[in-house]
Amino acid sequence: MIAAMMASSYNAKEEDGHHSGSSSHGGAGAVKSKKPDNTAFKQQRLPAWQPILTAGTVLPAFFVIGLIFIPIGIGLYVTSNNIKEFEVDYTGVDINSPCYSCAKNFSWNSTQSCVCSVNFTLEQPFESNVFMYYGLSNFYQNHRRYVKSRDDSQLNGDLSALMNPSKECEPYRTNDGLPIAPCGAIANSLFNDTLDLYYVDSNSTKTPIPLAKKGIAWWTDKHVKFRNPSGNTNLTVTFQGTTKPVNWRKPVYELDPSEADNNGFINEDFIVWMRTAALPTFRKLYRIIQKKSGTTPTLPSGRYILDITYNYPVLSFDGRKRMILSTISWMGGKNPFLGIAYITVGSICFFLGVVLLIIHHKYDTRNNSADIPN
Amino acid sequence: MMWRSPLARVRDALRGQKVREKDLRNLVSNLPYEGLDKWKQPNRYFPGNSIKTSKYTLLLFIPMNLFEQFHRLANLYFVGLAILNFVPVVNAFQPEVALIPICVILCLTAMKDAWEDFRRYQSDKRLNSMPCLIYSRKVKQFVERYWKDVRVGDFVKVVCNEIVPADLLLLHTSDPNGVCHIETANLDGETNLKQRRVVPGVCITDPEFEAESFNSIVVCEKPNINLNHFKCYVEKPDKDKVGAGIENLLLRGCTVRNTDHAVGFVVYAGHETKAMLNNNGPRYKRSKQERRLNIDVMFCVILLLTMCLVGALGHYLWLQTLPGLPPYLVPHSNGHLDSPSLSSFYMFFTMIILLQVLIPISLYVSIELVKIAQIFFITNDIDLYDEETDSQIQCRALNITEDLGQIEYIFTDKTGTLTENKMVFRRCSIMGTEYPHKENAIRQAVLTEPDSDEEVIFTQAPQALQTQWSLDSDDVNRKDTMHHHGSRRKVPGTAHSDVAFSSPLETEVTPDKKLLQQISGAESTSVSRKIDAYLDFFLALAICNTVVVSMATAQRQRAAGHLHSFQTNNPLNPLSSFVRTVSSLRRSLTSYQRKSKRNRTISVDSSIEEDHFNPPVKLEGSGGNTGAQTCSLHVPRSSSEPAVTPDMVCYEAESPDEAALVYAAKAYGFILLGRTPDSVTVRLPSGEDLRFEVLDTLTFDSNRKRMSVLVRHPISKEYVLYTKGADYAIMELLGTPYAERLKGNQKNIAADTQQHLDYYAKEGLRTLCIAKKVLSGREYESWSADRHRALAAIENREQLIMDTAVQIETNLTLLGATGIEDRLQENVPDTITALREAGIQVWVLTGDKPETAVNIGYACRLLEEEDLVINMSCKNKLTCTSILDCTLEEVRRYVADPRNVDTTPDISLVIDGRTLAMTLSSDLQERFVELAKHCRSVLCCRVTPLQKSAVVKIIREKLKVMTLAVGDGANDVNMIQAADVGIGISGQEGMQAVMMSDFAISRFKHLKKLLLVHGHWCNSRLANMIIYFFYKNTANVNLLFWYQFFCGFTATAMIDYWLMIFFNLFFTSAPPIMFGILDKDISAEMLLGVPELYRTGQGSGEYRFSTFWVSMLDAFYQSLVCFFIPYLAYRGSDMDIFSFGTPVNTISLFTILLHLSIEIKAWTVVHWVIMLGSVALYFIVTLAYSAICVTCNAYWTLQSQMVDPMFYLVCIITTVVALLPRYTFHVLKNSIAPSPLEQARHLDRMDPITRDQWIKEWRSFRGGGQVKRSGLSVPPSPTLGTSVEAYPPSPTASEITGDEFTLNVISENYNRPVHT
Repeated sequence: MIAAMMASSYNAKEEDGHHSGSSSHGGAGAVKSKKPDNTAFKQQRLPAWQPILTAGTVLPAFFVIGLIFIPIGIGLYVTSNNIKEFEVDYTGVDINSPCYSCAKNFSWNSTQSCVCSVNFTLEQPFESNVFMYYGLSNFYQNHRRYVKSRDDSQLNGDLSALMNPSKECEPYRTNDGLPIAPCGAIANSLFNDTLDLYYVDSNSTKTPIPLAKKGIAWWTDKHVKFRNPSGNTNLTVTFQGTTKPVNWRKPVYELDPSEADNNGFINEDFIVWMRTAALPTFRKLYRIIQKKSGTTPTLPSGRYILDITYNYPVLSFDGRKRMILSTISWMGGKNPFLGIAYITVGSICFFLGVVLLIIHHKYDTRNNSADIPN
Repeated sequence: MMWRSPLARVRDALRGQKVREKDLRNLVSNLPYEGLDKWKQPNRYFPGNSIKTSKYTLLLFIPMNLFEQFHRLANLYFVGLAILNFVPVVNAFQPEVALIPICVILCLTAMKDAWEDFRRYQSDKRLNSMPCLIYSRKVKQFVERYWKDVRVGDFVKVVCNEIVPADLLLLHTSDPNGVCHIETANLDGETNLKQRRVVPGVCITDPEFEAESFNSIVVCEKPNINLNHFKCYVEKPDKDKVGAGIENLLLRGCTVRNTDHAVGFVVYAGHETKAMLNNNGPRYKRSKQERRLNIDVMFCVILLLTMCLVGALGHYLWLQTLPGLPPYLVPHSNGHLDSPSLSSFYMFFTMIILLQVLIPISLYVSIELVKIAQIFFITNDIDLYDEETDSQIQCRALNITEDLGQIEYIFTDKTGTLTENKMVFRRCSIMGTEYPHKENAIRQAVLTEPDSDEEVIFTQAPQALQTQWSLDSDDVNRKDTMHHHGSRRKVPGTAHSDVAFSSPLETEVTPDKKLLQQISGAESTSVSRKIDAYLDFFLALAICNTVVVSMATAQRQRAAGHLHSFQTNNPLNPLSSFVRTVSSLRRSLTSYQRKSKRNRTISVDSSIEEDHFNPPVKLEGSGGNTGAQTCSLHVPRSSSEPAVTPDMVCYEAESPDEAALVYAAKAYGFILLGRTPDSVTVRLPSGEDLRFEVLDTLTFDSNRKRMSVLVRHPISKEYVLYTKGADYAIMELLGTPYAERLKGNQKNIAADTQQHLDYYAKEGLRTLCIAKKVLSGREYESWSADRHRALAAIENREQLIMDTAVQIETNLTLLGATGIEDRLQENVPDTITALREAGIQVWVLTGDKPETAVNIGYACRLLEEEDLVINMSCKNKLTCTSILDCTLEEVRRYVADPRNVDTTPDISLVIDGRTLAMTLSSDLQERFVELAKHCRSVLCCRVTPLQKSAVVKIIREKLKVMTLAVGDGANDVNMIQAADVGIGISGQEGMQAVMMSDFAISRFKHLKKLLLVHGHWCNSRLANMIIYFFYKNTANVNLLFWYQFFCGFTATAMIDYWLMIFFNLFFTSAPPIMFGILDKDISAEMLLGVPELYRTGQGSGEYRFSTFWVSMLDAFYQSLVCFFIPYLAYRGSDMDIFSFGTPVNTISLFTILLHLSIEIKAWTVVHWVIMLGSVALYFIVTLAYSAICVTCNAYWTLQSQMVDPMFYLVCIITTVVALLPRYTFHVLKNSIAPSPLEQARHLDRMDPITRDQWIKEWRSFRGGGQVKRSGLSVPPSPTLGTSVEAYPPSPTASEITGDEFTLNVISENYNRPVHT
């Protein structure tokens, strides 16, 4: 069977001015040759760097990696070790724990606060600024539906979103026909324990330690992402027509009545909570203990009392609550893992480098005379 | 317009359907009905001539295109997922966002489709509005209309050089003989002119055609796609039926040439024309890798489902362990929670949405892009460009480029593929006497010198005047061709250069002295003239063909104007050409002396002797061209009156053999001057013109293997049948030997001729026998009646016509035989050797005799002297079976022989068509395939086109190998279509093979670079890219999967969904595509220098099961590392979800890109730009996105991370750990056990000189088998100088003709000591 050239191409062919062997052209003007351009790109001859990975060529790389990684690892490890960290679990699972009764009798619905105190001793003084965290375990802040259950427009001060929160907030969107502000499950489950720290000196007097509650959230969160609805300077008026989240004791405009720029949506404890944790065991910055001037350590060694207003139930999900005191370095909190990892990988690379050196001496010389197997 | 009931319309529509489906159609002229309503028109049921090849309309584009696209399973999958995302209980992301990737993909494809369709629409429009002339009854003449106005039943007039608008039944032409010449290049690429005739006796062909007097009914068959058959008869008012066939049909798309105008009756229009029916769009083949790919996609689906199942199960268990109702479990809006089992059921689907990227959405689009680019590079390769024909390689199938790198079997045609298909008359045998034509051989040898156009002069050297003359014309023409053809420099320009088969090599024949004397002897004794076999022989050569004579003057006139201007503008031309003459003469003389040393047989005075012969003899070839050229300026197109000089004639042959024979006859003074349907005019050496009345032409067909022309001798008034054909087809039909009637010459001509034929075959020449038969008037009358009946039949016509042909072609008288050489194309032996070294088995399938084929086999190094050659030729099945068993036993023993363990067994098989047919029968098939598997090369002789494709199919199916078929003619089309990759050679024999091929090249030697270089590159590039794509998606998606273990399997993504989409769509899509297009593992020089490297791609090549799974495992490992190192580093800290996702995502990007850079073999500027650009793009886009989108999850995350040194420390160590195993593995493998490819890369880096040395050493290092091949043994070549006796008879050839059967295993040469 003979197939014809696509009928629609008669003209195209005619214009191209070529069919091999045919002479019907040549009349009008010079005919362009079909000869491809002899350029490096079209002929695939672009100059190229062709690295070949053989023992000989990569040897230096392995040694260099080894030599760089090991010192970094040591540095990281030392830094991590110099960080002082102290942790107190105050969940109250254990019957001997001071918060046992609070934990036992507590649920979201109770209106009365339960207070308990935990004593602890710092063996070593904490020199620089101390960060005070609360830690939760087994709390899946990264549950998909939980993560989505918020309205960022509302939190950004959008008035329409304030009165008509996003569907994502369901079922914490409205209560009794009034929109919830802030809506959603994240806000609803806001961590509401209050922690107070006292230093007990040698003659058993409790000195409260000043805890700074500002500067714990990201600057951008506090100033850009979270904004109170504009309009009225009086937050009570602004939030009129909305209702507080179900689990909350007080409305959002009373989160910190003492300071205007830490109230409402821009309350830093609230902002910190709204940045949902990546993993089920996490800590969140609660307060900062600023270093006092002079040589006195921020937290001298000795006895301390932690007063807890126990509001947050965690036993329903086998959770734990902790209070963490930690100094901070350039690499964040205490974590020896990275230092160890660097040292290990550095050593492995160095070892591989040695192995490759041997291989290089054994094999690379006869490399080229080898045979192509058929 | 009159009102018609809807019922009538429906009835009409139904009737129309029925009429179109009927086997026969009755068509009448539209003219009596002109101006009537449409529904009164007699031919209203048949479609008009406007065409529409575009698929879509403006309004329906979107629904239709979407419908088309959803035929793709992958698209459906992704749309399904996007829809699933709209179900509230399972949605993973914002539903609208999930639509983005699939929309982007669909839009891209739709845009491509729309553009293509728009192009089609434009070309349709252009074609539909081309002007043409239609007869109008109102105006009483032809009026100009558009193509789209043409309807069935119209009369259309086509003038010279115009394209025929529809299929026309030819009724009238300007030519008094009723002939119209057409060029069908648009349809089949054949550039020779073909004759079409008017339907005899239907129209009164007065000087002017009268359309209105046409009142016959045209009855024709239903439209079909066969371009070479058409059945029709015209029923005149007096019920007389006149048959018409393809020779009366002008096909749409053809161009009318050399005919002032022609008028035809439209039988088929628009989409029913044969051209349009044949227009079936581009080919779609699925490559092997694509099939592999689909399996791997299935694996990915299974993997995905497993992961989702794990997720669902994990979620169930997690919910089960919860003691109470934690605050982070968000109930539905109605305040209640799903049960764990229902919840985990939903989770399964959510997981599918989350992990959907595991099935690479962009893979299919990327593969298409990469293939387009690969084709761009292949077509732009300057090495695959043929200067002579100014043609690049054409890639017609767009999606099988990588198959080129996996070929294991090549099936090639011989004529036109391995050889030039430039038939050169070499020898002839007349009445049992051999005329070796030594002078001709020498001249041709000279012609093949690189500077051929200058050395042509040698033949005319003794005649100073003529020399200058010829040179002059040569020169003019060369400049001339350069002037407007630009690239045809190598073709020595004669007036014929545009005509098929008319290079000087083919057109010029130097006569044999002895034969010339014989002829002149016969001439002078006019008594014996009637019976002289010599004259008959040459008359047969001149008459018995279908060659069309066209005058050089009429031939495609457009070139003439340029010539004119050139000549007037260059007054210095004669002088300069004279200078050139002198210098080139000297050069040609030296070259002549060099030649003469080698070929001691020639005598210098031979050319002088020629002078004694008749003038026309000397005017042959390029000698007289100036005359022709000058004529062309002034002489108007002459009618077929033979009052022209012989030099003006151009021969338009359909096959090169015919042209060669006609030119040979011309060289001896028998000049074919003109051919009309009923007559042939031949000028005899005496100068006398004879006009033979042609009574019938029995055209060539592949069953009869011969053609005949029945003429009436103008002098003797005898009915003479001249037949020419394949030797075996003629020898069987011989009657009483002609010679026995001659007194004193009793030798058996047939036997002698057969002997000569065998010699010719051994020399690699193509043989033809010429015979004649004289019929009595009575015989003719009765046969003629049969013939007429057969021609008018509409049922079974082909068979009847063939029967009548067979009926008359009996009792022939042998006149002689001719040997035509078809020379090997350049670099064929080199190419075949390289292909065989590349591990490809080469099969040659040819219609030639075994002897010819074996000889060519040696010449092109398909067979080597050291080879074990097995000949199989048997007559019946029983012997065939036993031979096959024997041979198989022998071969097995041979392979098992411990002596042959370290060498590759070089077994070659030569088999003929008849035996092949038997071995291919179902019971012997297995054994034959087994035998063929052991053979390094196979030569099949005398095979039919169907057998060719059968062989390909069987090998392809039984051995499960990649096959490639290459051919140039219509007889190779079956084979080309049967193979995995079909390659057409756009040579001399039309374009049918090219039309059906996947790739079209112009020379056989291009196959080497196409396969060894482009095949290897395309294959390895695409394989690596596909594997990398799977790796990339798995590595990326698994990060999300590992996270599920820490979020209660709730399908949370720690990466913002927009960034996830961008990651796949922008950040990591360009590098793999670039990798698939540009990566170059080994340089072209190296691949060509060491063909063995090709073997790495054969079989499953680089894209294997194991490679796929290894890279999947690596992906799992890398994702584990990329997830868990950040996990451990940030565990227990105050990290939030999206801050955690940022380093993970960044690490993933670095790992994925650096993984690619380990795989990239050659870094060009493009690589650097794209790789660095991707990284830059990631940071710019992510930074911008997380700065601008305040209410997004990712707000300020990257910024806050980038000021944290931990981020960098984590990124660095994770990337290093993730890539360390792969890196180390590569290093160790390259150092300890480098693959051949790696070694080649090593060599590649050396400077060329050392490298070549290494290659040489390397190759000599390999086993003895290879040494033999590269040894210096010169293959016996069928070129000049070797006389029949001097040529060492090859043992294979001499015994192959054994009558009963032969099986000879030639191993004597094999045991020779190996060269060292």
